[in-house]
Amino acid sequence: MMDNSNLTLALLNLFLPLLSFSILILFGKKIGDKAHLVSLVLIGGMLAIAIRFFSNVFHYGAEPILETSIQWFTTGKFSVDLGFLINNVAAIMLLVVALISFLVHLYSVEYMKDDPRYSRYFAFLGIFTFSMNGIVLADSLVMMYIFWELVGLSSYLLIGFWFEKESAANASKKAFLTNRVGDIGMFIGIMILFFEIGSFQISGLIEGVQNGAFSGDMTLLTIAGVLVFMGAVGKSAQFPLHIWLPDAMEGPTPVSALIHAATMVAAGVYMVVRIFPILTPDALEIIAYVGGITALIAAIIAITQNDIKRVLAYSTVSQLGYMIMALGVGAYQAGFFHLTTHAMFKACLFLCSGSVIHAMHHALHELKDHDTDPQDMRNMGGLRDKMPITFWAMFISTLAISGVPFFSGFLSKDAVLAGSLSYYHHHHGWSLFLPIAGFGAAVITAFYMFRLIFMTFFGNSQNKDIYSHVHESPFKMTFPLILLATLSFAIFFTLPSTINPFDSHGWFTHAVPMVENVAGLNMHEVEEGLHHAHHSAMMISLAVAGIGILMAILFYLSKSIDAKKVANTLNKVKLYNLSFNKFYIDEIYNILLYKPFLAFSWLCSKLDWDLYDQKFIDGWGWITIKLSDKSGEADYNWLDQKIVDGCGRLTQYFGRNLKLTQNGVVQNYLLGGIMGLLLLIIIFQQF
Amino acid sequence: MESSILTLLIFLPVAGALLMLPFAKLYGKENPHIYKWIALVTTSLQLVLAWVLYSNFNPAMSIAESPFTVQLDWITHFNIQYYLGVDGLSMPMVLLTALLSCICIIASWNIEKQALGYFSLFLLLDAGMMGVFLSMDFFLFYIFWEVMLLPMYFLIGIWGGPQRMYAAIKFFLYTLFGSVFMLLAMLALYYYSDPHTFSLITLIQTAGSIDAEIWGMSVKYLIWISLFIGFAIKVPVFPFHTWLPLAHVEAPTAISVILAGVLLKMGTYGLLRISYPLLPSEVVNFSYILAVLGVINIIWGAVNAIAQIDMKKMVAYSSVSHMGYVLLGMAAVVSESPEGAQAGLNGALMQMFNHGTITAMLFLLVGMIYERAHHRWIIFPQDYKQPELAGQIAFGGIGAKVPVYTAFIAMAFFAGLGLPAMSGFISEAMCFIGGFSVFRTLTIIGTLGILLNAIYFLRAYQRIFLGPLNEVYKDLTDITGRELITIIPLAIIVLWFGVYPAPLLNMIAPAMDGIIQIVQSVI
Amino acid sequence: MDSLQSYLTIAAMLFSMGIYGVVTRKNAIAILMGIELILNSANINFIAFNRFGGMQNLDGHVFSIFVIVLAAAEAAVALAIVINLFKNVGSVDVDDADLLKG
Repeated sequence: MMDNSNLTLALLNLFLPLLSFSILILFGKKIGDKAHLVSLVLIGGMLAIAIRFFSNVFHYGAEPILETSIQWFTTGKFSVDLGFLINNVAAIMLLVVALISFLVHLYSVEYMKDDPRYSRYFAFLGIFTFSMNGIVLADSLVMMYIFWELVGLSSYLLIGFWFEKESAANASKKAFLTNRVGDIGMFIGIMILFFEIGSFQISGLIEGVQNGAFSGDMTLLTIAGVLVFMGAVGKSAQFPLHIWLPDAMEGPTPVSALIHAATMVAAGVYMVVRIFPILTPDALEIIAYVGGITALIAAIIAITQNDIKRVLAYSTVSQLGYMIMALGVGAYQAGFFHLTTHAMFKACLFLCSGSVIHAMHHALHELKDHDTDPQDMRNMGGLRDKMPITFWAMFISTLAISGVPFFSGFLSKDAVLAGSLSYYHHHHGWSLFLPIAGFGAAVITAFYMFRLIFMTFFGNSQNKDIYSHVHESPFKMTFPLILLATLSFAIFFTLPSTINPFDSHGWFTHAVPMVENVAGLNMHEVEEGLHHAHHSAMMISLAVAGIGILMAILFYLSKSIDAKKVANTLNKVKLYNLSFNKFYIDEIYNILLYKPFLAFSWLCSKLDWDLYDQKFIDGWGWITIKLSDKSGEADYNWLDQKIVDGCGRLTQYFGRNLKLTQNGVVQNYLLGGIMGLLLLIIIFQQF
Repeated sequence: MESSILTLLIFLPVAGALLMLPFAKLYGKENPHIYKWIALVTTSLQLVLAWVLYSNFNPAMSIAESPFTVQLDWITHFNIQYYLGVDGLSMPMVLLTALLSCICIIASWNIEKQALGYFSLFLLLDAGMMGVFLSMDFFLFYIFWEVMLLPMYFLIGIWGGPQRMYAAIKFFLYTLFGSVFMLLAMLALYYYSDPHTFSLITLIQTAGSIDAEIWGMSVKYLIWISLFIGFAIKVPVFPFHTWLPLAHVEAPTAISVILAGVLLKMGTYGLLRISYPLLPSEVVNFSYILAVLGVINIIWGAVNAIAQIDMKKMVAYSSVSHMGYVLLGMAAVVSESPEGAQAGLNGALMQMFNHGTITAMLFLLVGMIYERAHHRWIIFPQDYKQPELAGQIAFGGIGAKVPVYTAFIAMAFFAGLGLPAMSGFISEAMCFIGGFSVFRTLTIIGTLGILLNAIYFLRAYQRIFLGPLNEVYKDLTDITGRELITIIPLAIIVLWFGVYPAPLLNMIAPAMDGIIQIVQSVI
Repeated sequence: MDSLQSYLTIAAMLFSMGIYGVVTRKNAIAILMGIELILNSANINFIAFNRFGGMQNLDGHVFSIFVIVLAAAEAAVALAIVINLFKNVGSVDVDDADLLKG
C-alpha cells in the first residue's frame, strides 16, 4: 500500500512539470502573461512531493524508498524496462531539483516579464524539470539516457530562447552537439554493459559485476565505465568538452541558474554517483584526473573574465570538476555532498548576478543606452548600497563557494580535498597532481569570486548615470536569493548531529553512507584514508581560502597592487592572454576539428555528387549513349544505307536503264518478243 | 470478406483511377476538383481497409494460416499464382503505404497542372506499392514492382522541378537496371528449384537445396548478388545512392514523400521478404558486408547532408543515412546473442516504418516552405540567379514569424536526429544494439551518426529559423489548416511510437522471429 | 512437192514477212497488213496439218474459217481505231501514238 502511494507520488513528481509544458505549449497564446500561474501551481505541487520523499531520508535506511519497474517494450528476448529507483541520493537530488526549479520559476515571473514569448519560456522550464526528474528517478541506464537527451533538448531550447541573437543560436547548437559527443560514448558504454551483463537496470548491473560478469576482463569494464562517464563529461562540462557551458550563458539568467549551475550540469555527477559501484579503480583514476584538470583549468580561465556570468560559468565548470574528482578518488559521499551544497550557493550566485543584470539592463534601458554591456563587470561597481539584498545574498554564497567556515561550501570542499589528499597518500607519483589541482583551484576560486564581488559591489561606480538608475529588484526576485543564501550556511547540512562548523557529520552523511564498490575498489581503505586526511586538508584549505581572499582584497579592494601591471608582467610569457582566451580551446577545436570537418563534408559532397554521380554514374550513361551513337551510326551508315538501300539502288539502276527499252514502240516489244522466241527455240534445239 | 480485403487494398486505387475516366469525358480536363476528391475518397477507403486489416490481424499467424491469404492459379503453365498474404513484415508497410498515400493526396491539393493525369497516375502508383507489399508470389511481386515504376517516372518527369526530365530518366534507368538483376534472380530461382515455382513461401523450403554452379560460382551466391543489387538500388545502398538526392529534389512534394517514405523501404523489404528466408546461408556469409555498407551509409549520408545547401537535398541525404541504420540492424540477424539478433531485426523493420513517417514529415514541411518562398535554399548557391545573394543565408529568423510551423519542423528535425520520445530513437538504438552484438568496431564507427545527424539538422534549423529575421520574409504566413491535416497524424504517430512502441513491436516481432530462426538454422 | 515440208516452208516465209512488216512499218495500215499475213500463214499451217493427218476430220478447216472471221472482225475494229487515231493525232504513224510513254 505504502509502495503504491509512493509510486503514484513518483509518477506525479515526474509528470506534473510535463503537464505544465503541455498546457502552456498548447494553450500558451490564450493564457498569455498568466502562464506563470499554471507552472507555479504545478511545480509547487512537485516541490511538495519532493519534500515528502525527502522526509524519508531521515530514516537513514539503506533500503530504497521506491524501486519498481515495468516493461516498456519487448521483442521476445530483448526487452527494455522503465522504472523508478528512489534511494536517499535520489530523494535529496529530487528536492534540489524541485526547490531550485520552483525558485527559478518564481524568480522568472519578474525577470522575464514583458518577454514576447513569456508562456513558452515557462513551458520550456516545465519540460526541463520533467526531463531532469526523469534522470533522477531513472532506475536504468536506458531510461537515464532517454532523459539525458531530453535534458539536452530543453537546454537547447532555453539557451536559444532569445534566438534572434545570433550568439544565442550558436551557443544552443554548440551545447547540444558537444553533449552529443559525450552521449555517443555513454551509448556505447551502455551497450557494452548490456551485452556483458544482460541488463540495463543499475541494480542489475551492480549485481552482474558482483557475480563476476567481467571477472576475466576488467579492462572491458574499465572501458565501459569510462565510456559511460563520457556522457557525464559532456553533460557536466568536463574537460575537454567543457566549452559549451560558458557559451550557454546566452540563455536567460534564471535558466543559467537552474540548468547550467545547479541541476542539469550536476546530472553528470549524479549519474557517476549512481553507477559508482561498478566503476573500476582504473576508470575512477581517469575520472579523477579529468575532474582535476577541469577544476584547475576552469578556475584559471575564470580569473580574467569580465562578463559576470562567464566568471560564474567557469566557476561552475571548476566546481563540477571538484565533484568529479571527488568521485574519482573514491570520495563518493564528498562528491555528492559538494553537488548539493554547490547547487544552493551557485544557484544563488547566478540569481544574484541575474538581479544585477536585470537592474543594469533597466538602468541602461532608461538611459536609452544600447551599446553598454549590462553583464560587463567593468561597467558596474559600488552597487552594494543600491542593491543591499542582492549584495548580501551574493556575498554569503561567495563565502560559501570560497570555502569559508560556517558555510556549506567549506564542509563539502574540505571533504573533496581530503579525498584528493588521501588518494595521493595511497598512490603517490603523479597523483600529486590531484591535491595540487584541488588546492590550487581553491585559491583561485576564492580569488576570482572576491574579485567579482569587489568589482561589482565595492569601489566607485564606473558610470554615475548607470549607478543612479540602478534599483534593487522586486520581492519575487529577492525571495529566492534570501532563501538560497540562507541554505548556504553549513548548519543546514549538519543538523541535527552538530552545529560545529568544522564537523560535517549530520543528516547528510547519515543519509548518504559510503557504498560498496563491486568492481575492485576497497572502500574501507578509502574511508580510512579520508578520515586521516581530514585534518590536514582542513588546515590547508583554510589557508588557501585565506590567501585567495587576501589577494583579491589587495588587487581589487585596497588596490595596493595594480592588477593591470601584474597582468602585463604575466603577459610577457602570454600567461594572461592564455587565461583570457580560455587556453584557446575553442579556437583549437574550431581550427582542428570543426572547420576541417566542414571542409571534409563539403569535399565529400563534391566527391559524391560532382565526381561520383555526375562523372562516374552518369559516365555509364555517357558511355551507353556514345556506344549507342556508334552502333546507331553503324546501323544507319552500313546496314541501312549501304546494304538495304544498296538493294534498292541496284533495282533502281536496272529500272532506270531498262526503262529505255520501254519506249512505247510496240514494234520494238514485238521484235523483242520474237527475238526471245527465237532464242528459246535455239536453246531448246540444243537439248 | 476476409480473403478479399487484400485484393481490395490493391485494386481499389485502380478502380479509382478508372472511375476518373468517365468524368474526364463529362467535365473535361479543366475541373481538377473532381479528380482530387475521387483520389481522396479512394485512398481514404484504402486507409480504412488497412486499418480493418490491422485490427483483425493476428501477428502470430503465418502466411499459410492467415485468413487473409489469397492463393489462386493464374498462369498454370508456369505455376504462377495470384498469391497475396500479410504477415508481421508486410503489415506495417501496408499501413504506412495507405497512410502516406492518403496524406499525399491532401498534400497535392494545389496541383492544377493536368490533375487527371496526376491523380490517376498517383493511384496507379499506390496500387503498385500495395501490390509489392502483399505479393507472396515472386512473379506477381515483380510485376507490381515494375507497375510502380512507370507512374513514378511520369510523376517526376511531368510535375517535377526544373531538372525533372533528367531526374526522371535517371531514376527510371537506375531502377530498371536493378530490376534486370532481380528478374534474372527470379528466373534462376524458378528454374533451379524443384518443383518449379514462384511462390515465395514454397521457395523457403526448396531454394535451400539448390546446389548448381555456373562458371565455378554457386548459383545461390549469384542469385543473392543479383537480388542484392536489385534491392540495394532501391534502398539505396552506397554506392548506388546517387539517384536519390536528384529524384527527391526534382519530384513534387507528395512524390518525394512517397519516394522516401515507401519506395526506399521496398529495397529492405525485398531483402527481408525474399533474400533472407530464401538464401539464409548467403545471408550469413554476407552479413559482414551488409553491416559495412550500413555503416558507410550512415556516415556517408550524414557527412554529405552536412554540406548540402538545399533543404530537400539535405533531407534526401539524411534518408541515405537513416536507411543505413536499417542495414546495420538487418546484418545483426547472425548475432549469437538472441537479444542482439532480435533487437537488430526488429529495430530494422521499426526503423523502416519510423523513417517513413519522419521523412514524410520532413518533406511535407520543406514543401510547405517551398510553396511560400518559392525556393528552399539554406544558403544561396554560388551561381544563384541574383549574384548579390550568392553565398548568403537564404532564410533566417523566420521562427519568430511562423511559430507553429517552426514547432513542427523542430519536432521533425529532432525526430530525425534521433531524440528520445520520438520514434526514431528507439529504432535507431535497437539497430545499434543489434549491430553491436556482432560487429563491435563497425557499430562504434556507426554511432558517430548520432552526432553527425545532429550537426546537419541543427545547422539547418539555426540558419533557417533562428537569428535575426530576414526582412524579405516578414509577411510569411504560418501553416494552414489543410497542411496541419497532413502533418498532425504523422506527428502523433512519431510521438506515440516514441513513447509507446509496444504495439508496433508486438505486430512485427513474431515475423522477425521467423526470419531469425530460418537464418540462424544454417549457422 | 506434195509434202508437209513445203507447206510449212511457205507458211514460215509468209509469217516472217508478216513479222517483218509489223516490226518495221510505221504505217498502221501496213502493220495491219502484216498481221493479215501472219494470220494467213497460220491458216496455211492449219490446212496443211489437216491434209497430212496431224488433225482429225475437218478441224483444220474449221479453225481456218474461224481465223478468217476473226481477221475480218479484227480488221474492222483495227481500222476503226486507226481512223480514230488519225482523227486525234493527225497521222496514222504509230510512233506518234505515244501517249503511254513515261
